[in-house]
Amino acid sequence: MSTGTTKLDVVVSDVVPVNELVTRFHFRRRDGQLLPTFSGGAHVVVEMRDGERTRLNPYSLMGSPLDTREYTISVRRDDAGRGGSLFMHRHVRPGMEMVISYPVNLFSLDLRARKHLMLAGGIGITPFMAQTAQLAAEGGNFELHYTCRTASLGTYADVLKERYDRRVRLYHDDRDERIELDRLLSSQPLGTHLYVCGPSGMIGWVRDRAAALGWPTETVHFEHFAAPQPGAPFDVTLALSGKSIRVGEQQSLLEAIEAAGVDPPYLCRGGVCGQCETNVIAHDGKFIHNDHWLSEEEHRSCKKIMPCVSRFEGRSLVLER
Amino acid sequence: MAAKSIISRPVYGTLSPQPGKHHLFVADAEGALAITDLAAKAPYGFFADAHIIFIPGQDGRHVAALEALKPAQFYQGPSFASALPRLKQTLANAHMGLRLYLAGTEGLIGQAMQAALEAGIDHTAIQTEHRGSLARRIQCVHCKGITEKVTTQPATCSHCGLLLLVRDHYSRRLAAFQGVCINAEDRSEIPPTEEIFR
Repeated sequence: MSTGTTKLDVVVSDVVPVNELVTRFHFRRRDGQLLPTFSGGAHVVVEMRDGERTRLNPYSLMGSPLDTREYTISVRRDDAGRGGSLFMHRHVRPGMEMVISYPVNLFSLDLRARKHLMLAGGIGITPFMAQTAQLAAEGGNFELHYTCRTASLGTYADVLKERYDRRVRLYHDDRDERIELDRLLSSQPLGTHLYVCGPSGMIGWVRDRAAALGWPTETVHFEHFAAPQPGAPFDVTLALSGKSIRVGEQQSLLEAIEAAGVDPPYLCRGGVCGQCETNVIAHDGKFIHNDHWLSEEEHRSCKKIMPCVSRFEGRSLVLER
Repeated sequence: MAAKSIISRPVYGTLSPQPGKHHLFVADAEGALAITDLAAKAPYGFFADAHIIFIPGQDGRHVAALEALKPAQFYQGPSFASALPRLKQTLANAHMGLRLYLAGTEGLIGQAMQAALEAGIDHTAIQTEHRGSLARRIQCVHCKGITEKVTTQPATCSHCGLLLLVRDHYSRRLAAFQGVCINAEDRSEIPPTEEIFR
């Protein structure tokens, strides 16, 4: 089985609608034991058995790392997505038995930091729910800037304000409130680390400004789970296992490889962790890279692909798998 | 140029201008030349946001060359110890966007880095360039005393007098190489002394 993907048998202990788009799910272990410890920023991969189909989607743990009686995730409904969030919203009910992975943290706090500056956009708030709880318990120095579309879609904005008061600053798009990013970044004390989670445009903007304003790369942390994008079906030859597969329109390349009975390594299934990196042996066509793992140079080289989120268009593709 | 031996032995690069709001340089003696070399590659106006802390060598050279770069602040002091309070104060008041450049002897680079680490800068985010003497700052593992400007192998601990093998094993926390008694079994055995860290 793939690295770090040891499974936990859980039962859904609660389902709580948070606002018109977001619902929170609580999981407890079926055997009544405590869940494994985790640190703020960790995620789990939730297995969704939807008829014939199994979906595996990553979600950040948003509860306090100090309480491992249950795990909580918040899922934003994506009506145009591939159906994972819709499955969670429509079919998951309290008492249902599910399987989730052990937690994995690809967005952890650097505890050497003198101060933690957190920037969240929309549902990107979830890892910060856990991180702020962890830091607050240790007397850590943090400041959270949270951008949401409207006050009613500001998921957990009220909870965070209540818990942390002036350490939380809210920005509402509909009121034309914007983060004054350059001023914010240039007024931070030496030793501050920056964390950003939100839409990819926001992450790109923050990383670019931080780099231009002299933030060393090791002080800038970000997480963006790219959901696999649907696309035209394509055929792939798996050279090592000697199989030919077809990747469906709504299927990711990784899912198609797994459906053929091949078990490649994976962790995040969102183009972040690098586990499923696969070598390209031959190709005739064009890659559609959607990951945050490979460098731009590697994307251009056409020698590697991240099958969890990236696709291909063309005549033929042979992978070392 | 220091050769790579074991993993803790620091390696140094070549200073290059980094994006940033402020640029803090700490250099001694020939380290000044690393700064003037950087200046040749720096964008126009780079030194308008720069602060140079310089400890000249015995010959007192390079001060004029650094002043000619017209940094926003220029300080020269007689020793690293005399410059340290100024460095610490500067780091304590600094904001993200400050970039740090260290050039000169290993003792200077190591001690300035030690102050920077305490201020919360990651060592990998610091630009360094070794220039000038290879003399080492060593810590005697037996008495814990620090001996500065060691050029020989073995070397005598200036605190407890033990004859020390100067290792490549380096501590960023202490800003010193490790010195271990070279003749612990038989103190009458005195290996020849060579000057190898000139």
